[in-house]
Amino acid sequence: MLHIHDLHAKVPDGKTILSGLSLDIGAGEVHAIMGPNGAGKSTLSNVLAGRDGYEVTGTVTLDGVDLLDLDPETRAARGLFLAFQYPVEIPGVGNSYFLRTALNAQRETRGEEPVSAGEFITLLREHLAALDMDPSFLGRAVNEGFSGGEKKRNEILQMSVLRPRLAVLDETDSGLDIDALRIVASGIERLRGPDRSMLVITHYPRLLELVRPDRVHVLAGGRIVASGDHTLAHELEADGYAGLTADLAPAGASTGTA
Amino acid sequence: MSEVIDRLVEREYAFGFHSDIETELAPKGLTEDVVRFISAKKGEPDWLLAWRLGALAHFRTLTEPTWANVDHPPIDYDDIHYWAAPKPKGPAPKSLDEVDPEIRATFDKLGISLAEQERLSGVAVDAIIDSVSVVTTFKEKLAEAGVIFCSFSEAVQEHPDLVRRHLGSVVPPRDNYFAALNSAVFSDGSFCYVPKGVRCPMELSTYFRINAEQTGQFERTLIVAEEGATVSYLEGCTAPKRDENQLHAAVVELVALDDASIKYSTVQNWYPGDEHGVGGIYNFVTKRGRAGARAKISWTQVETGSAITWKYPSVILQGDESVGEFYSVAVTTGHQQADTGTKMIHIGRNTTSTIVSKGISAGKAQQSYRGQVKMLRSAVGARNRSQCDSLLIGPECGAHTFPYIEVKNDTAQVEHEASTSKIADDQLFYCRQRGLSEEEATSMIVNGFCREVFDELPMEYAVEAQALMRLSLEGAVG
Repeated sequence: MLHIHDLHAKVPDGKTILSGLSLDIGAGEVHAIMGPNGAGKSTLSNVLAGRDGYEVTGTVTLDGVDLLDLDPETRAARGLFLAFQYPVEIPGVGNSYFLRTALNAQRETRGEEPVSAGEFITLLREHLAALDMDPSFLGRAVNEGFSGGEKKRNEILQMSVLRPRLAVLDETDSGLDIDALRIVASGIERLRGPDRSMLVITHYPRLLELVRPDRVHVLAGGRIVASGDHTLAHELEADGYAGLTADLAPAGASTGTA
Repeated sequence: MSEVIDRLVEREYAFGFHSDIETELAPKGLTEDVVRFISAKKGEPDWLLAWRLGALAHFRTLTEPTWANVDHPPIDYDDIHYWAAPKPKGPAPKSLDEVDPEIRATFDKLGISLAEQERLSGVAVDAIIDSVSVVTTFKEKLAEAGVIFCSFSEAVQEHPDLVRRHLGSVVPPRDNYFAALNSAVFSDGSFCYVPKGVRCPMELSTYFRINAEQTGQFERTLIVAEEGATVSYLEGCTAPKRDENQLHAAVVELVALDDASIKYSTVQNWYPGDEHGVGGIYNFVTKRGRAGARAKISWTQVETGSAITWKYPSVILQGDESVGEFYSVAVTTGHQQADTGTKMIHIGRNTTSTIVSKGISAGKAQQSYRGQVKMLRSAVGARNRSQCDSLLIGPECGAHTFPYIEVKNDTAQVEHEASTSKIADDQLFYCRQRGLSEEEATSMIVNGFCREVFDELPMEYAVEAQALMRLSLEGAVG
């Protein structure tokens, strides 16, 4: 499904953020990436989604298709979804309109028929209920004036509607209280299935107790330094990253803001 | 992003064709003889000729104002034809069937099918090419309700008392430089009268088209709503692409008597000039309304065209509890310049006004919001709220805000908010990550930015306005 090999990424001022990252995620698998601040976690999600501003080398394929040559919207239509750490506000654009336009844009790229307004509303209502979201939410502008928790739930709602092949969740748990975390986690769990892979990026093991990953990786200094099953998350909680990162050359590699 | 901006600046103007209609022109130049020629062409009464000549004499004493934040070479007022009219091929058309097919084709091409308008849409249209009105639809149906909707020339003939009573009552000939010019040489325009207590049964619309070369267009629109009357009116404008600058100096007067309501919407898409800033319309317009007690005047405008725009639709809130509104979206791209805004003059007690201005600039365009809110001594309890937001697309454009606030009554309240923003990279990336192309994303963000104003447009035009925005921002907006 997702195959990343020897991925390097630099920002324009020359700072290296990813340096030789390799990772494979099979169909239906959920992998978690943990790591200290500045390890390159957000850069990884941005590079996967195709954000401008990075010099990238290496290979990333999704279902055998090379992603790095595609623009962000084509990657999205191919099934890549990024749940943003900081979802963006778009004043004056209704949530429901935004999401339907996005869904139909993806469908058009894939050569599928558009979803009608009626079908779409039916689809949305189901997901809204599951995420404990009020329908009034749909008429509000995208993320405008939303609380932190509402923004994160909105990301999960969008993911539920767009039904991606690969979902990258970038610190979706940050800033959530325990109730919101449970709702978000159950939203993620509902989407787990044999055709969908997930990459859950997080600082904290608490999300991984609710969404148990098949594999846990530690990202430090721009590459994967350790991998294991879900118990690795608990070891990290007990021991910290120090033991895993001590032997890394520091040469600017772990000071990125990503 | 920069690629998008380049395409944006290179956008094509969709209405730039020229129709081959035989045209009758007045000789170039601004003289008493030309004013007499225009007046005689229209068979005007003596009082109106005298009114025009008075305006011309006053115009001669004025110099062109320079306070607007726009830049253009001096205008040679003697190098303009002040009258251009499609040459009649026989007696004046009595119905649509008799309208010159070439003229009908022109409007069809603009997407204003006069015949279809008459049959289907339920919108009455007055179609004006250059200096004259070529046809007005739905007249009979409106007449049943007592509503008069016709060309200005016809109103002078058929309803001289109404015209004489109201002409210049809101924008007098001495009001300003361009109003004086217009008063001297105005050619045609629309006239609308809604009697006491009548709600006009349909939307009224005037479509202005400049066609002839080296001509100016000087139309005059007068709308009178008697006590308790209600009317909604929309104007649209386009012009061919030419490498000369053409002058458009219109005057619009709205009279809303006690308890009346006038909603005036504009979709302005005059030719903006090419990508090097050559050609385009100079749009120097005076628009003002006077509101009686509890009356409401609402201006909504979507301005995407013209090389230079200079216009401040205003409301004189004369009657107690009267309401004035101004909702504006102005888009400037390429080398366009706009200095636009509004004036709200509060005279009556408990009068309220709302100003929502949304400016979008791209390319090398410069845009200024200039607004005046004046609370006179008599305006006890008056309130104003102004909100001016600017959106910049690309690094080379500019937005400027010039609010003037004058309050002479302690009980009056004035609120002014202004913001300037850019389409942020993270907004674009967010939309694209969800599957929208860069153009779709820009379009969506811009339309969202303008939402409050589009919501004020009559339904059928809100769609048109959004389509026009797409066209104007072609390249950046799918």
